[in-house]
Amino acid sequence: MGNSQSKIRVLIAKAGLDGHDRGAKVVARALRDAGMEVIYTGLRQTPEMITEAALQEDVHVVGLSILSGAHMTLVPKILKLLNEQGLEDIKLFLGGIIPDEDKSELTKLGVNGIYGPGTSTQTIIEDIQQACQ
Amino acid sequence: MPVIHAKAILNGERLALSRALTQVENNTAEGLNILEALFPHTGKAHLIGVTGAPGTGKSTLVNQLALAYRQPKDGLTPPRVAIVAVDPTSPFSGGALLGDRVRMQDLAGDPGIFIRSMASRGSLGGLAAATAGLVQVFDAAGFDIVIVETVGAGQAEVNIARLAHSTIVIEAPGLGDEIQTIKAGILEIADILVVNKSDKPGAENTLRGLRNMLSLALPDGNHVDHHGQIMELENEEDSSENGWIPHVLPTVATSGEGILDLVNSLTAHYEYLKSSGLWQVREKKRLKNQLETLLGSALRSRWEKRIAPDIYQAALAQVINRELSPWRAVEELISGAGL
Repeated sequence: MGNSQSKIRVLIAKAGLDGHDRGAKVVARALRDAGMEVIYTGLRQTPEMITEAALQEDVHVVGLSILSGAHMTLVPKILKLLNEQGLEDIKLFLGGIIPDEDKSELTKLGVNGIYGPGTSTQTIIEDIQQACQ
Repeated sequence: MPVIHAKAILNGERLALSRALTQVENNTAEGLNILEALFPHTGKAHLIGVTGAPGTGKSTLVNQLALAYRQPKDGLTPPRVAIVAVDPTSPFSGGALLGDRVRMQDLAGDPGIFIRSMASRGSLGGLAAATAGLVQVFDAAGFDIVIVETVGAGQAEVNIARLAHSTIVIEAPGLGDEIQTIKAGILEIADILVVNKSDKPGAENTLRGLRNMLSLALPDGNHVDHHGQIMELENEEDSSENGWIPHVLPTVATSGEGILDLVNSLTAHYEYLKSSGLWQVREKKRLKNQLETLLGSALRSRWEKRIAPDIYQAALAQVINRELSPWRAVEELISGAGL
């Protein structure tokens, strides 16, 4: 048989009700150019939809984009659902507008990385590569 | 990573199924073991291929098709539907953006549906090397319908016809004149031709062009074109591939218009394959094709293991310097590996 090959698979999802997905698309494109397989799911994903897609796609990483301010509701719910489905190995990364005072709480809950506006895509790529080693 | 048990997949455990798909896609030893264990359980699902140029609406149509199949009819349990959606891998970075799920959001939350995106990973022909393996895992896992959506296809991406029982080729209005319809290639593989976006201007022309193309291709010995009516002749000895006249259907996938007709055509094609004995013919062709592909890649990887890299590099340098022809180099490299 040919050589076995494995790629980092990442699900990029826009959770919640805001309709601004440029950031998610920029990150998706950058991860693609870094050699990852990026599954882009589009706007207005519920925690249930994100978990289901993560399970079906067997991803290593879920990248969430949240600009609506609902992160303290959505993130714990997604982490809980991922655990319930036996997907606790999946690394969760978060991008968007996340106030500093929420960051330590989210990290404690199990978020691997939080990225605000102005983050270089290279930082995100390196963090994901490191988390998937 | 714990070992995946074939039994868990047969029992319908979705996490085991998903992990198995990864192992098969990555062509690991565990993936091969899983395929080996599942192979006796394959051969039941109706495999439907969906292909067409980029932007013709393949994903949206697959979304509607799966929704239609999942509607309960006559009190029967609706079939379980798996979708394998292939998108291209970048030849430069090796990465891929798999975006077919964006159009399939209506299917979320239905446990009778499983969608898996896959990157082509360098394969040409519209599918990935592992697509056939993924389809077999879904088949064994008890999915009654497996829909394979190809990479956005040009004219020659016809591998889907070797994998699927029923192939849908999607066209959209305005993609070319009638000469395009009589070229060889993708239109030839269609069991069903769909003109999607049929609410757009030019749809009538596209439909007419495709129907005319079919009337040129026929009569085939079993059919005659008599004043625009295709008439079937009685011919007992010939049960070849020619008994099915591709259906030509207009759809608007964004609204669902024409989807029920498409499902009916697929059902008719399925019944035709079963009653004519063509199902077995296609199964035989499909497995032969899979065997030959596997054999080809196995021989290649055996060759790669046996040939010393410096011998290969030396031959390549000679070819570049025009001291050795590529044809002669191949002979020497194959015999150099003792094959």
